[in-house]
Amino acid sequence: MTVTPYIGLGFVLFSIGLFGVLTRRNTVGILMAIELMLNASNIVLVAFSRMHGNLGGQLFAFFTITVTVAEVAVGLAIVIQVFRLKKTIHADEITLLKG
Amino acid sequence: MNQVQVLTLLVLLPPLISFAWNGVVIPWRRAGKPAAWLSILAILTSFVASLVLAKTVLASPGPYSWEWTWLPFQNFKPIIVGFYIDPLAALMLVVVTLVASMVQIYSLGYMSEEPAGSLGRYYTYHSLFSFAMLGLTASASLLQIYIFWELVGLCSYLLIGFWYQKPSAANAAVKAFWTTRLGDVGFALGIVVLWAHTGTFALPELFHKVEAGQIATSILALTMLLVFFGAMGKSAQFPLHIWLPDAMEGPTPVSALIHAATMVAAGVYLVARIFPLYSHAESVMTFIAYIGSFTAFFAATIALVQEDIKRVLAYSTISQLGYMMAALGVGSVMAGFFHLFTHAFFKALLFLAAGSVIHAMHTNDIWKMGRLAKPMKQTAIVFIIGTLALAGVPPFAGYFSKDEIIIKVVESGMVLPAIFALATVFLTAFYMFRVVFVVFFSHREPEGHPHESPAVMTGPMWFLAALSVVAGFLFKGLFEKFFGHAAEAMETAQEAATAASHVPGWLPILTLILALGGILLAYLIYQKEAISHERLRAQFRPVYVMLQKKYWMDDIAYFLYRRVLVGGLSVICGWFDRYIVDGIVNLVTWLTRKSGEILRLLQNGVVQDYLYGVIFGLILFILLGIF
Repeated sequence: MTVTPYIGLGFVLFSIGLFGVLTRRNTVGILMAIELMLNASNIVLVAFSRMHGNLGGQLFAFFTITVTVAEVAVGLAIVIQVFRLKKTIHADEITLLKG
Repeated sequence: MNQVQVLTLLVLLPPLISFAWNGVVIPWRRAGKPAAWLSILAILTSFVASLVLAKTVLASPGPYSWEWTWLPFQNFKPIIVGFYIDPLAALMLVVVTLVASMVQIYSLGYMSEEPAGSLGRYYTYHSLFSFAMLGLTASASLLQIYIFWELVGLCSYLLIGFWYQKPSAANAAVKAFWTTRLGDVGFALGIVVLWAHTGTFALPELFHKVEAGQIATSILALTMLLVFFGAMGKSAQFPLHIWLPDAMEGPTPVSALIHAATMVAAGVYLVARIFPLYSHAESVMTFIAYIGSFTAFFAATIALVQEDIKRVLAYSTISQLGYMMAALGVGSVMAGFFHLFTHAFFKALLFLAAGSVIHAMHTNDIWKMGRLAKPMKQTAIVFIIGTLALAGVPPFAGYFSKDEIIIKVVESGMVLPAIFALATVFLTAFYMFRVVFVVFFSHREPEGHPHESPAVMTGPMWFLAALSVVAGFLFKGLFEKFFGHAAEAMETAQEAATAASHVPGWLPILTLILALGGILLAYLIYQKEAISHERLRAQFRPVYVMLQKKYWMDDIAYFLYRRVLVGGLSVICGWFDRYIVDGIVNLVTWLTRKSGEILRLLQNGVVQDYLYGVIFGLILFILLGIF
């Protein structure tokens, strides 16, 4: 079994996600793009797990899914709070850290 | 510890203990009288101890020297402190303690109107001064001398400015401090350069080295000249004399002790102390002779027209100090130190008597006094004794010492100093008897109701008066015995060069005639008024004005201070500080601020822009890892 197509898929997904994180102005969109990147890594993990016959990679993938769920929950909560405060969810308008 | 060591400590410690006690125990000092008595008790103890010490040392002259390490160094010889007692130091200790005790007793009467608190302060300063002066006298190392030298300078400052509420007194104190400080810079440089070349401050070692010829002549001449600047400041030699007349703002007993008898003589003492070094630096000796004799003459001319009784005495002090320096300059420690010795007595006496007059009259202006011989008989008698001693009339003390100086100066073959020295004899007699006639005998009625001073003041005056009479012939032999040899050593060198220019036999008679001539002239002008002094004044108006203005020396000093130092040099330094030093500092802050402003733009608060940075960095690291 060749691992290359899976890695290629992972690479493409990761790039799309990164592009989304960098360019999306909508905070929810950014969260979704982050999901894409995480899932890209999951695919790569599972692919390598199969290649080496080692279940550790798959175990990691499940971990990632679990953590991602928590992350999305927290992230969305933050987005809601920010929206209440600033009346916007556009990332370039939330510049409280500006020096 | 042997006897000399114990006695030296007995001389030095009582004033220190008195100072410490009065200084620390504040209620005691504020009480006034207890502080005064403690201080007087201390100085009398010192006096008795110094007499015994002098007796011991004169019986077997030593020198006694003992020292201990003060600052040990890794690479240099350790710096020592210690005491060096020889006849010179022993006699100086007697002079200092004697005059100091007389002045402190006299002050009880003179300062009786002071509030208790400031009386305590007065005596505290006096104790400190006595300790510092005695310490200076007994020191075994140049560094130690320098420390005590500054301490006496501090006491002088404190006591001149004793009535610090008076602006003139406060200014005079600052002026005295500044002017002597100017000379002290030379002193400090001198001993440091000497140390750099010999590795030691210790007097015995330096004497030994110079005898063995281990110090290069050029270095010796340079350092001795620098040290002499310190002596010039302290002993009020031209052109650093300007502080001494102003120092008369202090209480009169202070003028008697510090600015006539002891501290101003410290410069003379210093040169006498390290005379073995000076005697190997002949060019400096010549310089000293010229400066000294010129100062003697110069100050005497100014004294002719002063109208403040204390200022006449102040200029007279400068003049006499000039004599002492001149004597040292022509190589005679004996003459110089002998004159220091006798001068301490009669000049302290004159100041105390003048203080008595001021105490009675509440003014310093001699033209407001007159015919005081009647109400103040005792003061008049002691003042005249002091004046005769100062004018150099036999058999009073000044005659012997001054004669000795003039003989030595003439013997040296230097023409100008000899003329100055002889002219000063005449001037001294004249200006002193001018004061005597105007204050004690003239026909004017004095203002107010002068009265004789209390016994606590006349007592010390009589004591000093007795010494002013007898000190000359009593102690001349002693001084010749102990200090003659240093002069001989010097003379043998000089005599070879000048082929023994012997003193003409008529010289003592000439000085006597000059002195009597001065007295006679003063008598004619101010007592008989055969020659009107107003007419004289009008006739020699330019000269009079010049003398009245003190040769504009004060104005020159003020100009140098105000225009050159404050108006010139400090403006340049100020500009440099403001624009160059501050400029660099400001440039640094400006750069920091500007770079901050630029870098701030990076932090715009947009999370995604930061992320670009992260990814860019990540790619950079990956590339670095690959290549």
